[in-house]
Amino acid sequence: MNKQISRLSIVALLLLAALIVATTYWQSWASAGLAARQDNAIQRVAEFQIKRGLIYASDGHTVLAANKKVTRAGQTYYFRRYPTNGLASQVVGYSTQGRSRSGIERQLNGYLTASNANLGTIIDKITDKLRGTTVTGNNLTLTIRPNAQKLAESALAGSCGAAVALNPKTGAVYVMASSPGFNPNKIESASGYASILHSPSACPGSSSALLNRATQGLYAPGSTFKTVTAAAALDAGIYTPESRFYDPGYCTEYGQKVYNSGNPDQNGPEMYGNVNLIEAYQHSINAVFCNIGQKIGARRILDKAKDFGFYSTPPLELPADERAPSGLYDFKKHTLIDDASQVDPGRLAFGQERMLVTPLQMALVAAGVANNGKVMAPYLLKVVRSPGGSIVTRTKPTVWRKAMKPSTAAALSQMMQAVVTGGTGTAAQIPGIKVAGKTGTAETGIPHVYTAWFIFFAPADNPQVAGAVVLEHQLNGFGGSVAAPIARELMQAILPQASKQ
Amino acid sequence: MGAGTLSYRNRELFYLSVVGVLTGLGFASVYIARQAVVSWDSLTYALFFFGLYLAAHLVTRYATPNADPYLLPMAALLTAVGVTEIYRLGPSDAFKQGLWIVIGVALFAFALLRLRRDYRVLEQYKYLFGIGAIVLLYLPRLPGIGASVNGARLWVEAGPFRFQPGELAKIFLIVFLAGYLREKREVLAQGRPKDLGPLLVIWGGCMLVLVATNDLGSGLLYFGIFLAMLYVATNRLSFVLVGIGLFAAGGFVAYEKIPHVHERVTIWLQPWTTNKVYCPVTGGLALRQDCESYQLVKSLYSIGNGGFGGAGLGKGVFTSADGHALIPYINTDFIYSALAQELGLIGAAALLLVFMLFVARGMRVALQAEDGFSKLLATGLTFGFALQTFIIVGGVLRLIPLTGITLPFISYGGSSVVANFLVLAGLLLVSNRANAPT
Repeated sequence: MNKQISRLSIVALLLLAALIVATTYWQSWASAGLAARQDNAIQRVAEFQIKRGLIYASDGHTVLAANKKVTRAGQTYYFRRYPTNGLASQVVGYSTQGRSRSGIERQLNGYLTASNANLGTIIDKITDKLRGTTVTGNNLTLTIRPNAQKLAESALAGSCGAAVALNPKTGAVYVMASSPGFNPNKIESASGYASILHSPSACPGSSSALLNRATQGLYAPGSTFKTVTAAAALDAGIYTPESRFYDPGYCTEYGQKVYNSGNPDQNGPEMYGNVNLIEAYQHSINAVFCNIGQKIGARRILDKAKDFGFYSTPPLELPADERAPSGLYDFKKHTLIDDASQVDPGRLAFGQERMLVTPLQMALVAAGVANNGKVMAPYLLKVVRSPGGSIVTRTKPTVWRKAMKPSTAAALSQMMQAVVTGGTGTAAQIPGIKVAGKTGTAETGIPHVYTAWFIFFAPADNPQVAGAVVLEHQLNGFGGSVAAPIARELMQAILPQASKQ
Repeated sequence: MGAGTLSYRNRELFYLSVVGVLTGLGFASVYIARQAVVSWDSLTYALFFFGLYLAAHLVTRYATPNADPYLLPMAALLTAVGVTEIYRLGPSDAFKQGLWIVIGVALFAFALLRLRRDYRVLEQYKYLFGIGAIVLLYLPRLPGIGASVNGARLWVEAGPFRFQPGELAKIFLIVFLAGYLREKREVLAQGRPKDLGPLLVIWGGCMLVLVATNDLGSGLLYFGIFLAMLYVATNRLSFVLVGIGLFAAGGFVAYEKIPHVHERVTIWLQPWTTNKVYCPVTGGLALRQDCESYQLVKSLYSIGNGGFGGAGLGKGVFTSADGHALIPYINTDFIYSALAQELGLIGAAALLLVFMLFVARGMRVALQAEDGFSKLLATGLTFGFALQTFIIVGGVLRLIPLTGITLPFISYGGSSVVANFLVLAGLLLVSNRANAPT
């Protein structure tokens, strides 16, 4: 029987060895995947035993997210506390037990819990574990400027909308405001959460305060999109800024006349007659852009939009599902359409059709013009520091897209300055500073209610800030009348040379 | 063997001392990690256990002086690991577990002393053991005393006591099979169709157990032990293959016809869903990981959280910040998930290596034994031990469908502790006889 017993022993030992193999699988290969699962309550609780890194604004001392130490049943937990009660609430996000995480808190959880793959962090963490002390996460400093952010949030308060301001030369995001905002300290409790979800707001429909309108809000761009059309027209060499047009007050689309009078963004007469491209842009004349669109075709416009970053999710330190790509959308399926043959080039050229954009994308259009045609990758994270203060990583500016030729960017810069000096965007003027901008006023389907836009950069000769402001559901509010003044305030708050009035 | 026999027991004493020190360290680390909830009393547990195993050692010194010196210390190590973890999860459970271990050691001592001259008298009562096994297996089906836990009827309740007779039935079955196969092995080995009768009877019995108790794990365990012993007795691989085929067929029918078995397999194949599916628990729609496969998934999260080095004894996460338990049945079915989280891959692999060493020593005892009954008995006991470990840990690791049985020597539960000490007694008795000077 001994031969059989020996064979059986091997079988028994192999069965047990298989258990070691399976354990190894779950504890090494599969472990990261398990940890990343949203329903992994164990991981979430374990991470509350880590002293989570702090989140600072760009000044290095405004604390956006701190910890509250709580001891329960002999265990020490660190729960999140947000001292500003919601400054840049959708950007910072929240970290809770019951409702998981969002924003930077979710996307940069690795740094905040010291589980990032940085040698120094790994050594610190192992030392903490061996010494039995609390593992402490890395501190984050964001690019958000607290004063400008505060200003943007109070300017937007009472409306639904968003404002983005960034450095066009680096991509550092100074302001990312979305209104309504929320108090992240209220997220955890059921009543607090309900009060955030059901708070009355100025915008019907998608009123959620949790939505980051700056990166997820999809709006009709209105006339701000003329910037992309103009870039396509100039880059293709078909037109120059001095190209002449005749504006009869309407444009013929598929045999029907589309009148300029239907464009709420346009000021001045309904029929301009003889104009050049600069003037057509300056006064936001639909008829001219309609004809440009028909001439250059939808394909060229869509391709130029892609050069600016449309049709792809912009890079940013926010979770992928909190960032939306801009482009033509099929409203029913909520998917992007990229088939030029299904598009009306005339309407596309002045920002109608089914074009939907995020405020971040439009800020990047302005930034691309400001930065000689190059769109820098936007970023929110300035620097990561270890608990001891040494630098773990610092964001280096990178070029995201080459949107157009430098000569085209220079021409567009002139056209955008004309908008502010004597066009639809005069409300954005700042004494002593050359401001460039473009208004947009998109129809919402409700009479006299508009989505008001302003995209901008300044100073035009040496741009230090670029951005976009959008306001939803404005009753008789136009890009030039409601959005441009907020943009002006933002530029004044950010530019050191601007004297506040 | 003169000096050799003495050194066997001295070796046992030495390794028991090592285990004693380890137990002390284990309880000390739980104490340090959980000072706020745990008192210094915890360290008396370590002392108490060392005392208990010293007593067991004195019994082996007297009753089985020539027995294998490693089995008792390894069993001591496994129980110590179990009790330390059970203590860490809930000190009151550890006290009850401690009492069961005292009873287990007492029965172990009784068995050694009673059977030290010749345990082979058991062979005469083989049919009694066989009938006893069947009675024990069907006890949970009896109205009044049977109880259903977690979808499987495996328990007998009498007042405050709850007992899982299946654990004892396993040993009775092994004793019966050792006796029966020793007697019939030549006849069976010829492989005539009519001799396959008993095989079919036992297969049918196992299937009935499976249907009656709703439990795939125990069915697999009993049938696996039977096939292993049949193979050792007859050296006919074809029996094993036919047996596996029959079991697979039975399992398939059970999968098709018994909702509980079907559910277990579904959970195993697809614990996570991305879309909401029908949830039999609530009757509504839910992600499977939030419903049927909740236990398995939480157990995997626990294991995954251990990583390479583990969270540390006493530092694992088993409750939410407000004290809700995150993993159900953590000290019985899922104790391996708890250990894997706190000890990490290093600790869990070391623990499994102890199980492997125990199996290797047990099989060595079977090899050394001189008569057929002893060989079959030791083989059955050891293989049963290995297969039971594989079924529960493999289930927890999603290697096979999860069925709730206990992890030998480690899980919380009286019947399991007592049964495992009887397995240990059996192996020591066989080993003692095999090594005895003639």
